[in-house]
Amino acid sequence: MKCRVCKGPAVIDVRRHNAAFCNEHFVRHCDEQVRRAIHSHRMLEPGERVLVAVSGGKDSLALWDILVRLGYEADGLYLGLGIGEYSDESGAYTREFAAQLGRPLLEVDLAADQGYTIPEAATATRRAPCGSCGLSKRHLFNSTAIEHGYDVVATGHNLDDEAAVLLGNVLRWDTGYLGRQHPVLPAAPGFVRKVKPLVRLGERETAAYCVLQGIDYQVEECPMAAGNRHLGYKEVLNALEDRSPGSKAAFLFGFLERGHERFAGDAEHERDELGECTVCGAPTPGDVCAFCRLRAKTGAIELPEPTLRQVG
Amino acid sequence: MKVLLRNPKREVEVDGPITVHALLQRLEVSPETVLVIVGDELVTHDRKLPDDASVEIRPVISGGEAQPTIEGGDAP
Repeated sequence: MKCRVCKGPAVIDVRRHNAAFCNEHFVRHCDEQVRRAIHSHRMLEPGERVLVAVSGGKDSLALWDILVRLGYEADGLYLGLGIGEYSDESGAYTREFAAQLGRPLLEVDLAADQGYTIPEAATATRRAPCGSCGLSKRHLFNSTAIEHGYDVVATGHNLDDEAAVLLGNVLRWDTGYLGRQHPVLPAAPGFVRKVKPLVRLGERETAAYCVLQGIDYQVEECPMAAGNRHLGYKEVLNALEDRSPGSKAAFLFGFLERGHERFAGDAEHERDELGECTVCGAPTPGDVCAFCRLRAKTGAIELPEPTLRQVG
Repeated sequence: MKVLLRNPKREVEVDGPITVHALLQRLEVSPETVLVIVGDELVTHDRKLPDDASVEIRPVISGGEAQPTIEGGDAP
């Protein structure tokens, strides 16, 4: 195969684009896809401080690298999840890359700073660990960004992640989630903006980017994610993609261009109508936010007794 | 040739020469879900691999993101 741009020997083919690229032009292709995503969805403005949520995996490290090379002031935030050796290794990959990049890395350790780990949360809630993990990440990315004065949180969700979430939402016709599924979640009281600049790159592309740029990343799968529903959706979509390249992109981008706004209605204002968590002050529709309820279940904190409302 | 597979990590022997495309077919691996690395070099699907090649088939699929609720979390 030959590079689509320079006709030199190719190192990677991208069937979705019916193209192959040499090292140099593949890196340019990735830059271009990220630049297009940022501009078309107005994700970032020049001069904004960006906090990149980094896990030590291919997507988040590739994202951080590309944003810095595109000239954004992007720092990293690593969350120690307490998943044994897997977390120790992931942290080491992240710190090594931060040093290589020469950018600040903030760290939050669930056990030391919040009093629980993801395996403990899974036991306490008797639910799949991915739920507690996602909840902890979303809360702490947002609160850490606010605490340190960042304008926006960028996450490494890629085209495959977003297409798999979309498939799950469509299979359940979950109109609320469909209304909220977008590469940009605007800022609202108590929330910084959240963006997904890798939405135009598949995960095979982000992995190839890391290999070609010499970025060492955590290759092993999270031991707690094995067999989850999200991976099942990806398997189905990849079977379709094998037979018909471009299916995942058509599914996701078709939804964003022509489907999303039909579901956006109520989702648009719901974040403006939240109150404050009586424990931590985070936005919540109830008295105590989901994150504090999770911490209470693990025994990390005690919730205050509900206040009795005086009648008459 | 020695072929390293992951999740779980294991090594299998495959007779060469063989193209990357045929190797993935023989191992029943979807080309969309992996990178093929020879030494420290990425290779495309039409590349013919010699019998003495040392090959890594690296999965690229990562999983596990729960759906966010409006307050940014799932109620436990």
